[in-house]
Amino acid sequence: MSATVSETIDWSIPTEGTRLDALVEPAVEAGILDEHAKRELRRAILTAVCVPGYQVPFGSREMPVARGWGSGGLQITLAIVGLDDVVKVIDQGDDEGVNAVNLRRLVTDTTGATETTEVSEATVIQTRHRIPEDALEAHQTLVLQVPVPEPLRGVERNIAELGRMHAEADYSRMWVSLYEDKVRNGVITKSTGYPCLVGGRYVIATTPIPRWDVPRLHRAPFLSLFGAGRERKIYAIPPDTDVEPLTFDDVPFEIEKTPGARCSLCDATEAYLIEIPPSDAAADDGRWICSDTAWCRRRRVEASQS
Amino acid sequence: MTLVSAPRPTVLRVDRLGKIFGSQNPAAIEQTGPEVGSEKTPDGSSVVAAWDVSFDVAAGEAFGVIGESGSGKSTVMRAIAGDHSASAGSVRMRRRDGSTSDLLTMTQSERRALRVDELAVVYQDAADGLDLNVTAGGNIADRLTAAGGRHFGQIRERAAELLERTEVPLDRMDDLVRTFSGGMRQRVQLARALANRPPIVLFDEPTTGLDASVAAGVLDLIRSLLEELGIAAVVVSHDFSVIEMLTTRCMVMQHGRVVEQGLTDQLFEDPQAPYTQRLVAAARA
Repeated sequence: MSATVSETIDWSIPTEGTRLDALVEPAVEAGILDEHAKRELRRAILTAVCVPGYQVPFGSREMPVARGWGSGGLQITLAIVGLDDVVKVIDQGDDEGVNAVNLRRLVTDTTGATETTEVSEATVIQTRHRIPEDALEAHQTLVLQVPVPEPLRGVERNIAELGRMHAEADYSRMWVSLYEDKVRNGVITKSTGYPCLVGGRYVIATTPIPRWDVPRLHRAPFLSLFGAGRERKIYAIPPDTDVEPLTFDDVPFEIEKTPGARCSLCDATEAYLIEIPPSDAAADDGRWICSDTAWCRRRRVEASQS
Repeated sequence: MTLVSAPRPTVLRVDRLGKIFGSQNPAAIEQTGPEVGSEKTPDGSSVVAAWDVSFDVAAGEAFGVIGESGSGKSTVMRAIAGDHSASAGSVRMRRRDGSTSDLLTMTQSERRALRVDELAVVYQDAADGLDLNVTAGGNIADRLTAAGGRHFGQIRERAAELLERTEVPLDRMDDLVRTFSGGMRQRVQLARALANRPPIVLFDEPTTGLDASVAAGVLDLIRSLLEELGIAAVVVSHDFSVIEMLTTRCMVMQHGRVVEQGLTDQLFEDPQAPYTQRLVAAARA
């Protein structure tokens, strides 16, 4: 992940003029983020990696996509990719979603990075809602587009108070909300964005991934970067970090499971499946398919070859 | 003014506690008090809400603070509870581990930690001590999880036990506190305060605003709980009957100063200070 244009900047202290001159940008570079913006983002990312789970504020830039359409993840990706990077972008596990295609084109067109749909080829995977089914490796970076980074938003609105609660690791009200959920519904109903304790210290929202993917963050070999463009926050889970879903000792954390569900395309049962509802109430053509389309396609190809 | 020595080990010692609002000019002390007839300086720049307040509370003992509105009794309680800072003095508390801490020099986060299981407060307004949009059980779960409770079954069990002890019908356990009556809210507040078995509980007008019959029920409950659990308590009230029923020793405050201090029954039978005499006469009338 080398920078694309840093070679063109002269970092030496000028002999004439002021040091301020050194900060004046070089001639206009191609791309969306200027070098200052990238530097600020990288600093925020480094801070986030140093303090796992802590939400680092950053000056979210205007992006050519609307806030709420992945502007946070996009800024992280643009700040970390270089010419030798290979980028995969998925939306709900799908490489061909409109948003995924547009973001992937935007990144590759403006940075010179190449694109892929294969997890094994990618160095940076930007995602909304899913972690690919294939196991990621240490050299890969997962970039998540986060809508609501604050896990405690549901129990407290006051930002100063939220800051205090995180600073003192005072998460009792989070626990109360889990308690109330269990009392009212018999189970903890929180589905996406399940709150997790990172590195035994900070509670994060694992937005927007489903519960299915939560255990895959625990001591994962890869780096996960969470970017919330609208809320201007970046947080990270470095490799090999403990990620524990908040749950009571006697209420085990459970992932989504529909008994008997099977992908109608590749026959998979041990994957995150999404339901295609019947075309109308009378029809019986409702079915399940894999959420991760690239993974599902490869399984079908492998099955047809064997 | 005689100080009655406490026979049991002291758990809370308030020493020359003072709180001045506004200008912190020391001259304000002489310009205020019962002799002057005001807690506010003539130029209005400071209010000496409490000054030179000293008392101690023994383990398992209930100490009362009585006075009319504006006498400084609630200021004293809030300074001990940590809800606001003090201008002078010290509040030393015996900790669970046997050490002694001055509450006034603690940081806000240390204070919050203290409030989890060593020092609980029951407020006049249940909204100050409870989250009204959470169930009765959830309000207790808040304290239990703050103290590290992570077992759902045990939290339920302990919450039910506490609510039963404070006479809240168990079928209301999973109802929002917002739907509760005033007396019931106070009982939930009491259950929450007792959740982690704190050795000291502060009561700020615990029954003010309740119907007489409901108040009597809550008072009965507080008294039996204090006796049964051996909790040390500071009870702040303007109501004679509350102080008389709950405490063995008390002090009378007026215009931010202590005017009399002693055994509760003695003080009420034979008041020495003119202000106390008027107070007792008014209450007995």
